[in-house]
Amino acid sequence: MNPAFNLASRAVAGSPLPGSLRVNRRLAQWLKFHVEGYIEVFSGKVEIGQGILTALAQIVAEELDVSLDQVRMMPASTSMSPDEAITSGSLSVQESGTALRHACAEARAIYLNAAAGRLGAPIETLSVDNGRVVSTTGGQTSYWDLVDDDLLDRDATGQVAPKPDSAHRIVGTPIARLDLSDKVFGRPCFIHDLELLRMLHGRVLRPPSADATLLDLDEAKVCALPNVVVVVRDGSFVGVLAESEAGADAALKELAAGATWRQGTSLPDEAAMTTWLMAQEAETSIVDSKVAATPRPVARTMNARYSRPYHAHGSIGPSCALAQVQESGLRVWTHSQGIFSLRRDLALALGLAENQVVVQHVQGAGCYGHNGADDVAFDAARLARAAGGRPVRVQWSRADELAWAPFGPAMVIDVEADLDADGSVVAWRHTIWSNGHTSRPGRGKTPALLGAWHLAKPFERLPAINPSVAGGGGAERNSIPLYTFPAWQIVNHWVMAMPLRVSALRSLGAYANVFAIESFIDELAATVGADPVAFRLRYLNDPRARTVIERAAAKAGWADRKKREGIGRGVGFARYKNAGAYCAVVAEIEADTEIRVRRLVIAVDVGLVINPDGLANQIEGGAIQATSWTLKEAVRFDRTRVTSESWETYPILHCSETPAVEVDIVSRPDCPAAGAGEAAQGPTAAAIANAVFDSLGIRVRELPLTAERIRAAMG
Amino acid sequence: MSGVKAERFTFRVNGTEHSLEVDGKTPLLDVLRNTLGLKGTRFGCGTEQCGACCVLIEGHAVASCNMPLWAVEKKSVTTIEGLGRPEAPHLLQQAFIAEQAAQCGYCTSGMLMTAAALLERSPSPSEAEVKQALDRNLCRCGCYNRIVRAVLRAAVALEVA
Repeated sequence: MNPAFNLASRAVAGSPLPGSLRVNRRLAQWLKFHVEGYIEVFSGKVEIGQGILTALAQIVAEELDVSLDQVRMMPASTSMSPDEAITSGSLSVQESGTALRHACAEARAIYLNAAAGRLGAPIETLSVDNGRVVSTTGGQTSYWDLVDDDLLDRDATGQVAPKPDSAHRIVGTPIARLDLSDKVFGRPCFIHDLELLRMLHGRVLRPPSADATLLDLDEAKVCALPNVVVVVRDGSFVGVLAESEAGADAALKELAAGATWRQGTSLPDEAAMTTWLMAQEAETSIVDSKVAATPRPVARTMNARYSRPYHAHGSIGPSCALAQVQESGLRVWTHSQGIFSLRRDLALALGLAENQVVVQHVQGAGCYGHNGADDVAFDAARLARAAGGRPVRVQWSRADELAWAPFGPAMVIDVEADLDADGSVVAWRHTIWSNGHTSRPGRGKTPALLGAWHLAKPFERLPAINPSVAGGGGAERNSIPLYTFPAWQIVNHWVMAMPLRVSALRSLGAYANVFAIESFIDELAATVGADPVAFRLRYLNDPRARTVIERAAAKAGWADRKKREGIGRGVGFARYKNAGAYCAVVAEIEADTEIRVRRLVIAVDVGLVINPDGLANQIEGGAIQATSWTLKEAVRFDRTRVTSESWETYPILHCSETPAVEVDIVSRPDCPAAGAGEAAQGPTAAAIANAVFDSLGIRVRELPLTAERIRAAMG
Repeated sequence: MSGVKAERFTFRVNGTEHSLEVDGKTPLLDVLRNTLGLKGTRFGCGTEQCGACCVLIEGHAVASCNMPLWAVEKKSVTTIEGLGRPEAPHLLQQAFIAEQAAQCGYCTSGMLMTAAALLERSPSPSEAEVKQALDRNLCRCGCYNRIVRAVLRAAVALEVA
């Protein structure tokens, strides 16, 4: 979901164009041909570890009939990239990929037209290979001979059809990641590796709790340290600049020792989050409801309550940014998912005009949602103001990243079903209590940047919101079942009070909603004595949904499974955002003193597949991360602060704990390409929980499924 | 410079001898990245809990983030840059590409160095041994299975070589 990407409000007059072409119509915004024999490609979507630049390069090479090494994916920058808002919601292939596919088809036609003129040959006689244009009448030229920027200085018309799937030779093939070589050879390719001339190293002293106030600071002692350049104090925002990174680290320690704070308000009791969430004032909305044309009598009603804790992003590389005050204004290097949104909030926070700020993307470590990237960019920008024009690099610590970046919100979900005398579902109710699931920059009336809330003139911290339900929703994401129940009511209680800072984390509400729906479906199946797979299929008409469940079940040997002591199998299914990728997971677990996931068999249907190995990698990774969330993860806090600020206190899945993952791709080249990054999160959680039930006969409805939770459920 | 004693330390990195005047408590990672400009070794946690900064010291995989420079005096350090180059790649680097064993690639250097140490001491490891060896190297993108496959592939190639 991408609410900032409001097509309606920015649409330009004329016919709607596909994908992000709709709001970035100029072909030259996307492509630049060079006489040296390559094409620069400008996408507003950014590489966040998901392999998007490889997929987009494949699309470009395909449509233009050039080779991959003739395609150069340019780093996104607010100064030259098309504004494609945020790289999120598994939408990059749909939005940027679709735009590039059509822009390239059109650019190819324009260049072929020019070639026809040059060669004096009818356009129908021309073909392109590696950028060389050959006519059956004998003449030949190339894109590179014909380079003329004016050719693409025009709006797309949407009138040139891209290649049919049957003609694809690069799209649909498992091209190796273009960026992988740099990484295996350890080349400087991350923002962390960027070193600018005369660069200073900055650190920011985070308060002892979220809204603590700085009372006193011993600046003199820190300023006297070797290679400290300046201490910056602006309200409760405190930072230091030093000539060296070690110097900055040493200065930060001294700053911490010399600071006196007044603690802020208290946090809720971590152990009572369910009660806390349900007791808060909330804005209640009906997400969806329908009534049966002919209601059937209710024989029994079942209900259950599910919950998830706060989750941290836990990227292996803590956030990092660089900033420099230049004559023209502020320049920022960031691994943010949304360079335009960040520019807007930086301008707002620092009192600049947007056109005085240039934000350039540089790849960071894996990004799974709204992490600390934007915040550290503010830290760098604020400190850069005290750097006398020198560039400033700020590197967050592991503790900063785990304790101060936004979390995926805790949620409580009640599910209730009415069954008739035959055990069929006649009505379904799903009720959510949760904070909003996004507080990204670029959307609120105040900047959504951590440091900006601590300034002497602090900006108000706004509650997280939910993207529109039409666009996938936030807390509500995937709360509407895909099953053909005759009646339902889906309710969301949007809790405004936000003791812990929350925002978008991979799949947003879908993770917990799918966990709840798919757990409860299993509970119903068990109650009526039905097979969990057969029970689901009974309520599914959509052939794509049925296929992924059937394929996953077949591959996992579901029908022939035998009850074995300590081993359990479970299934989970969803269509991401009810509109994207279909994904079914069969989990096999081993239940001993703790739960061990041995194997995940997954079937996925994303429609047209751009890169099958990239797709499999995303699904495998999503499933393994979801296994980690489901078995191990919860943000820990006491009554004043987050306490899970290291890998010891916030453990994630290790190599030896990782299940085997098999991915079966259902190919549907006739269906539009959907993103894959978030499809496996919910189904994996549910499949594991259902396998626990299969193995132990107990239902654990509170995540994570730790040994303590299992013991408690066993009574 | 109160409390900071710069001393001279001599050590080898990727076969080249370096002699630096520096505070002996400076972490090796800082020296590699900021003094020697070898950015391939990544900062992940600073507390030896994630393995992103693994290098080889005398052939053993060690986290460099907390390793004081005095501890590598007269020793030989290998970083990812010394493991192999595109024109002369290490079998592991080839295998990581063949298996597409990464997503973001931030943990990759540390994984490769840990795996290289494993193959040095145990050229034909079992899958369980590989998993055990890599167990202190964290990957958040969920590429563990691909990484294990890549290490096993490299081990097979090593046998043939």
